[in-house]
Amino acid sequence: MSPWRGLILAAALAAPSSLLAEYGDVVINQRSDAAGERPVVFPHWFHRIRFQCRVCHHELGFKMRAGSNDVLMADIAEGKFCGMCHNDEIAWGAERCDLCHSGKPGLPSRIYGGHQTSGPGRW
Amino acid sequence: MASAAQWTPLARDNVHDPASPALRMLQEPGQALAPLPRDTAGNQVDWMRALNEGKIAPRAKLNADAPVRLREDDILLNLRGGTPIVRFPHRSHTQWLDCSNCHEHIFKSKIGANRLSMLAILQGEQCGVCHGAVSFPLTECARCHNTPRSPAPRVAK
Repeated sequence: MSPWRGLILAAALAAPSSLLAEYGDVVINQRSDAAGERPVVFPHWFHRIRFQCRVCHHELGFKMRAGSNDVLMADIAEGKFCGMCHNDEIAWGAERCDLCHSGKPGLPSRIYGGHQTSGPGRW
Repeated sequence: MASAAQWTPLARDNVHDPASPALRMLQEPGQALAPLPRDTAGNQVDWMRALNEGKIAPRAKLNADAPVRLREDDILLNLRGGTPIVRFPHRSHTQWLDCSNCHEHIFKSKIGANRLSMLAILQGEQCGVCHGAVSFPLTECARCHNTPRSPAPRVAK
């Protein structure tokens, strides 16, 4: 290794990380890619400022395992799952496709994070 | 107050499509999170302080008749392990969660009925369903292993 490369490596390891990804984003892509839509990005950080965990994970019935909730757009239109709030009253409605379907095409469904352990292995 | 630059913008988070028109409308994490009490791990927000200090006021229910059950007791875990004892606070957990989120499938209510394993937790089971994903990460050992054992008996001279 050249001295320069060693110096750069040492600086990279020593530098405080100036960009710290917020974690807890769930990408939902059971059907989006196949339907020609971007996958859904669900940001936990945004929702937990406004709702306690129990609202979605108890009242709305979302299981606490990324990929284990089979949510159809028809469910949302009927007011189930996301549609309990995303109804043009509490939050934007199902016709605003792009606002939820905003993920990178091809991303697999799972929880995405940026903390030190890179998230539990199962995800 | 923290600078918003500490949170990766949506366009560079490797999750959102930078070409998505939503990025012009969605709230940036730095804008939402920078004013909240700081933490040194995870997403850099101390969510318990944010809640207890009234910096956030997340709704507890949508339906008026949904139960909101707060439980105040602590449970001591890992009584025979080598690492410090875990004092599990029901209070901070039930400020967010319903009993049924953990009981009886992830954890049995009966004291002593659960065989906890750090291996399982690190693989996203048991406490690891949330810790490491949406609550403080598993690198913060002492936040759970927070209660010293009584000192070992002195060796007789």
